[in-house]
Amino acid sequence: MAKITLNLISGRTISQGVAMEGGKEKDLYRKACGIIEMDDADFKKLGCWKNTNVRVTSPYGTVIVKAQETSQGPHPGVGFIPMGPWANQLVNPNTYSTGMPTFKGTPVEVEVAMDQPILLGVELVQKACRGEV
Amino acid sequence: MTKTVTDVVCPFCGTLCDDLEVSVTDDGKQILDVYNACAIGAEKFLHSQAKDRITRPRLQQPDGTWKEISYEEAADYTAKMLAGAKKPLMYGWSSTNCEAQSMGHEIAEMCCACVDNTAAVCHGTTLIAVQDIGLPTCTLGEVKNRADTIIFWGCNPCHAHPRHMSRYSIFPRGFFTGKGHKSRKLVVVDPRVTDTAKMADMHLQVTQGQDYELLNAFRVAFRNEWLPDVVAGIPKEKIIEAANIMKAGRFGIIFFGMGVTQSLGKNHNIDEAIAVTKDLNEYTKFSIMPMRGHYNVTGSGEVLAWQFGYPYSVDLTRGFPRYNPGDTSSIDLLTRGEIDAAFVIGSDPGAHFPISAVKQIAKVNSVCIDPHITPTSGVSKLHVPVAFVGVETGGNAYRMDNVPIDCRKVVDPPAGMLTDEEFLTMVRDRVKKLKGVA
Ligand code: SF4
Repeated sequence: MAKITLNLISGRTISQGVAMEGGKEKDLYRKACGIIEMDDADFKKLGCWKNTNVRVTSPYGTVIVKAQETSQGPHPGVGFIPMGPWANQLVNPNTYSTGMPTFKGTPVEVEVAMDQPILLGVELVQKACRGEV
Repeated sequence: MTKTVTDVVCPFCGTLCDDLEVSVTDDGKQILDVYNACAIGAEKFLHSQAKDRITRPRLQQPDGTWKEISYEEAADYTAKMLAGAKKPLMYGWSSTNCEAQSMGHEIAEMCCACVDNTAAVCHGTTLIAVQDIGLPTCTLGEVKNRADTIIFWGCNPCHAHPRHMSRYSIFPRGFFTGKGHKSRKLVVVDPRVTDTAKMADMHLQVTQGQDYELLNAFRVAFRNEWLPDVVAGIPKEKIIEAANIMKAGRFGIIFFGMGVTQSLGKNHNIDEAIAVTKDLNEYTKFSIMPMRGHYNVTGSGEVLAWQFGYPYSVDLTRGFPRYNPGDTSSIDLLTRGEIDAAFVIGSDPGAHFPISAVKQIAKVNSVCIDPHITPTSGVSKLHVPVAFVGVETGGNAYRMDNVPIDCRKVVDPPAGMLTDEEFLTMVRDRVKKLKGVA
């Protein structure tokens, strides 16, 4: 299976804000934040359809999310996961003595993981804390 | 019949809109509709009415189930945890009012805790830069009435602060900006073609992580010195054109967000952005303002600063305040495994901290004060649901431009629920007894 390398950034989206207020244990939150927005060109390189589950892996962790066509592109080479527990499985916790982790600019690898489930927000964090993912 | 509550303040983002109208039932118990708010603000009010809301404190059992307890028992648990810990962390504070923050700080002082707010993961690096070189800033009212050149750098208000542009920065007709958006030039700097960038007169699609280089190039361009052909992915001609737009305005402002504070370079990116603002004041009037996220993260910084002298990452373990981001900041304290109890209020580190830090919260004794079920409450030993500030109780909050605004109470909380401040007062009284403080 093909693997591609992207530069990962995270940030707010309006649906992330709405879903967060609607309840982080709900499916809507997973739909809003358990995704990675990718450029058309990167979909071609990865060789998969839009809305496929993918595994994203960084030097700091790994997570399953849904690959979606970016709504705010083009940005070839850049992946975007809305801020939330999915993005935070991957970000660089090093603060370089500023107190601030490096949330933007994490190198990640993306590969197709069609049959693997995307966990709900609360469930994902609980499982990660118990070392089950 | 229904009645309408006017001039309601939205307790979601740092824009702190104060023109909402909320229609409620005659008995004042239920919210029916919300007017003037953006989608996120409206959801905040409407979701507070959810039928499946948790209304009593819950203790997590070893098998992962929850046992309901009373607020008294919850206050006992919290007070014992904090008073007994060697180095407790009291984190959050950005989605509660200043009154609760102040009460929390009293507890923190008695328990020699580390106190930190969500600036740790949003504008903490901005605060460091401000301490480095100062901040030429203004209020949003001045922006509305005067600003004709608006720069959004590494921020996406269309999504994060949805009414910022319509209330203050782009669309309103102000005293000297009578033509609304027609009298304003908008430049957006962002590595993605964000919805904000799509509206811009000029979009500079900077290479991610090279904001410092681009800011620096602007300072060179202002002085008409030599520039390489391309800087941070932007051709020289475009940089010069943007620099001229900035110089030509009568009143300009740079709004900046996480794109600059969270990328490598961190506080140095902001240093440079402030230096750009300072340079521009040689030619015209220019200001700069951080786009603060939570509705009262600014307030937390204010209250911490006036009580302890520092705006975030305050360490009281020695009985007096110390401040050294990187050492006394929550992510570092957590990833180094230094804290032995976690108290979280008005924020959700479970969702918004790197997972390695969250694992530490799950390991130690922990209390989460939050009206919602969140990833933080999910890994905490005790979850204390409280009334929504700005919906079910009032209190003071600071807008992103440091203007304090009193929030309004719109409806009553569900019967028997306490507010942050009431619960913290109960904890404070118990800690006093445990510590033998008069
Ligand atoms: S812009 Fe911010 S403060 Fe205004 S209504 Fe929307 S969420 Fe609330």
